[in-house]
Amino acid sequence: MIRITRKVEFSAAHYYHNPQLSAEENRRVFGKCNNPHGHGHNYVLEVTIAGEPDPTTGMVLDLKELKDILQREVVDRMDHKHLNYEVPELKGKIPTSENLAALIWKLLDPKINNGKLDRVRLYESEDLFADCTRESTNGAGGRG
Amino acid sequence: MKISLTRRYRFAASHRLHTAKLSDEENRRLYGKCDSPHGHGHNYAVEVTLTGPVDSKTGMVANLGDLDPFVEREVIEAFDHKYLNEEVAEFRTSVPTTENVCREIYRRLEKFPAARLERVRIEETSKNSFEYEGERSQDRP
Repeated sequence: MIRITRKVEFSAAHYYHNPQLSAEENRRVFGKCNNPHGHGHNYVLEVTIAGEPDPTTGMVLDLKELKDILQREVVDRMDHKHLNYEVPELKGKIPTSENLAALIWKLLDPKINNGKLDRVRLYESEDLFADCTRESTNGAGGRG
Repeated sequence: MKISLTRRYRFAASHRLHTAKLSDEENRRLYGKCDSPHGHGHNYAVEVTLTGPVDSKTGMVANLGDLDPFVEREVIEAFDHKYLNEEVAEFRTSVPTTENVCREIYRRLEKFPAARLERVRIEETSKNSFEYEGERSQDRP
């Protein structure tokens, strides 16, 4: 099996706020990320596809095709947007890197027809990233 | 699907690779310039990976407001600008290779209460990196 990874970048604004918590609790839990005016990041998304190279083309999938999918599903949806207000799929969710990586997985997984989506890695900054992978089949993933 | 969160930290420290179990000659042959008696240093980068359910209240696997001070207390304060051989108790009896530093940092961070520690990865230089995931593969279902 071969894994190929494509990188794409987008910039977006967000803030963290849970309407079920008091203003005081929001400040305590989310700290400066709770600033209601929002703040932004240059997100770097790495998408990894796993599969066997096609014997004719030598490719797991055509990177041009992957580039188009990433543009359509992620960049067009999120680049230069406010994630709290302009991405309906995140409605009711706090736009953390974890939730964003999970959404990107859900958007991309059904669109990848050659090879299988293996990992979504979303960097919020060079010091913080979230990974989303398929649940491991032996039940070892995640704590109960 | 499984979600994990990775946070990167940095510290600078000195060390010397040398074991009392070998002769001076053998130490020099095995560790080369890393055996230099006055020690040498690196800018270490430590990636800490946590996994677990995403808390619906916070949208997070782990709150950095909890994780950052925990890592600061358990690792950075103990390792940053220190001579690992002398100033970190573990390395009085084991060689502070980055393999062993990985294990020691994993041991210190494993008790983080809010999510499961999946991996500690350390870049000793831009060319060398080391990873430790604990010994759980045998003792977990």
